[in-house]
Amino acid sequence: MNTIDILSEINEIFIDTLDNEDIVIKEETQASDIEEWDSLTHIMLVVAVEKHFKIKFTSSEIQSWNNVGEMVKCIQSKGV
Amino acid sequence: MKNFLQLKKNLKKDFSNLKTLKVAVLGDTATQFLTQALKGLGYDNAMNLEIWEADFNQIEQQVYDLSSELYQFKPDVVIVFKSSHKLLGKYNKLKPTEHQSLASNELELVENIYSNITSNLDAKVVYYNYTEIDDSVFGNYSTKLTSSFLYQLRKLNYELMTLASNKPNLYLCDLSTIQNQVGKSNFFQPSVYVSTEMVLSIDVLPYVAHKTIDIINSLNGKFKKCLIIDLDNTTWGGVIGDDGIENIQIGSLGIGKAFTEFQYWVKKLKNRGVIIAVCSKNTESVAKEPFEKHPEMVLRLDDISVFRANWENKADNIRQIQKILNIGFDSMVFLDDNPFERNIVRDNIPEVCVPELPEDPAEYLEYLYKLNLFETISFSNEDTDRTKLYQIEAERAKVHEKYTNEDDFLKDLNMLSDVQSFNKFNTPRVAQLSQRSNQFNLRTIRYTEADIHNISSSDDYKGFVFSLEDKFGDNGLICVIILKKEDAHTLFIDTWFMSCRVLKRGMENFVLNTIVSFAKENGFTTINGEYIPTAKNSMVKDHYINLGFKKNDSLFTLHTKNYEEKNNYIKIKK
Repeated sequence: MNTIDILSEINEIFIDTLDNEDIVIKEETQASDIEEWDSLTHIMLVVAVEKHFKIKFTSSEIQSWNNVGEMVKCIQSKGV
Repeated sequence: MKNFLQLKKNLKKDFSNLKTLKVAVLGDTATQFLTQALKGLGYDNAMNLEIWEADFNQIEQQVYDLSSELYQFKPDVVIVFKSSHKLLGKYNKLKPTEHQSLASNELELVENIYSNITSNLDAKVVYYNYTEIDDSVFGNYSTKLTSSFLYQLRKLNYELMTLASNKPNLYLCDLSTIQNQVGKSNFFQPSVYVSTEMVLSIDVLPYVAHKTIDIINSLNGKFKKCLIIDLDNTTWGGVIGDDGIENIQIGSLGIGKAFTEFQYWVKKLKNRGVIIAVCSKNTESVAKEPFEKHPEMVLRLDDISVFRANWENKADNIRQIQKILNIGFDSMVFLDDNPFERNIVRDNIPEVCVPELPEDPAEYLEYLYKLNLFETISFSNEDTDRTKLYQIEAERAKVHEKYTNEDDFLKDLNMLSDVQSFNKFNTPRVAQLSQRSNQFNLRTIRYTEADIHNISSSDDYKGFVFSLEDKFGDNGLICVIILKKEDAHTLFIDTWFMSCRVLKRGMENFVLNTIVSFAKENGFTTINGEYIPTAKNSMVKDHYINLGFKKNDSLFTLHTKNYEEKNNYIKIKK
């Protein structure tokens, strides 16, 4: 799946999980850019993304991303 | 069941009109999500849980320091969640020679935590038991080796149950069963644990929150009292009207087994004191036939308190059942295999709990087990007699119809009441009735066994317990009064609740006579009563006025000086 498609799918997950309709994520978006995105909601996002794409992240992957783009690359690396 | 995200969305709702309950959460792992799940599920149960969460891993510090935030917060309920992972961590650090004392050391710690909390707070303690971890160091042999971790963990869970059965304010929340039901891979997500110190997966949070709220609801008198079952394809396989008694499926063969096991479950509930009613679209005589004649039926007619089999709509039938039993719709569960009937009942009586039974009867029991519908915080011998009590009531109602004069009927009942103080024999039942009665309950203050014990040993209180029997049978303990001595001349009726089974028998008059004669004998001249409205007790809003009390601000007052004995046909049992 290409980056744009994945971005649009995880954008929906961000909106739903963080309960904020206005979120628009880009590759360079970081946790500090979105008010509701903290270390706790990060876990909810991770679990929701795992479920959506039927993949599993390793615990070091979960802690490694610096922005959304790196998360997308990680998703693609799992054959999505 | 709502998922965690849905529960979390409840947090934005308006809690201001809900009953507030203060809950402290003490955990040795990260509990933020659990707290959110509890708060969110509280909303769906009409509770505003005001939750204070201790800092991470501060259980002992909070409990042993009497000036800690825990004691300042003054919670109604304290949840203590010590995880199996931390227990394993402890075990790992012990010298091998100390391994076999892990469970007993830990149990001692739990006992200390419990006694510190309950001796310094008026709170109930909910303790999460341990989910199983087998560290596979000894393989199956760990079950033979007292020093293995699995052996110690299971021992601890067992000893916790023993402890809980001896400590009236200790309630175990059975996390271990949840893990058995959903499986460890669903209960625990290692990557989440490693990154956050959370031992509960996002998906299991609603289960844990439910199991916890079930206890809290029960402590507040909210639990299920009655199970209403459909017959065709719910209680047995097939349609009795079409297939006939010899062709319905029940017994040890094939799908019949599912129905037999379901019936055993219902029978156990009945023996526990849950009222069983039947609501079926059938001709009554045809519907009753298997109960009377089928050799493999587990349930018999004397297990059923109310039997409604006719062709009317089920919502109306359930309303009839409610009238006879005189319990709230919200304490009823209705099981029916037919989605259409379920929806009719849901649409018409939304308070009734109507589980979405799986299509395949083979799945019924496992599904029902998971729902944990019949939580309770007490059990007494009287529970087992409840079916009989309601059957007697139905009998009494039949005879009543033959009398035109109410007084004649009451006289002919030959009613006798046994009046006692609180004692160790009636304390469990008093506490239980205090949790169960909602309608005829003037102030709806809930008391546990420990509370009743304290009241009975205090000089400031006087408790009365009334039972009532008549020629049809014994209703058992049906009314409780707690009087508080306010000053040398004034008594306050702290508690007056009565079972709705004995309405309109003159019991109110008999009870008031008892209160007034106690007051006079002990020099009290004034008796004050209070009515605190709830969603359910409007039937007693004029209770004190009807008994001749005068309204006096928020209280009702009666002077004993000119009191005339109230008429009734109840004699004191000697």
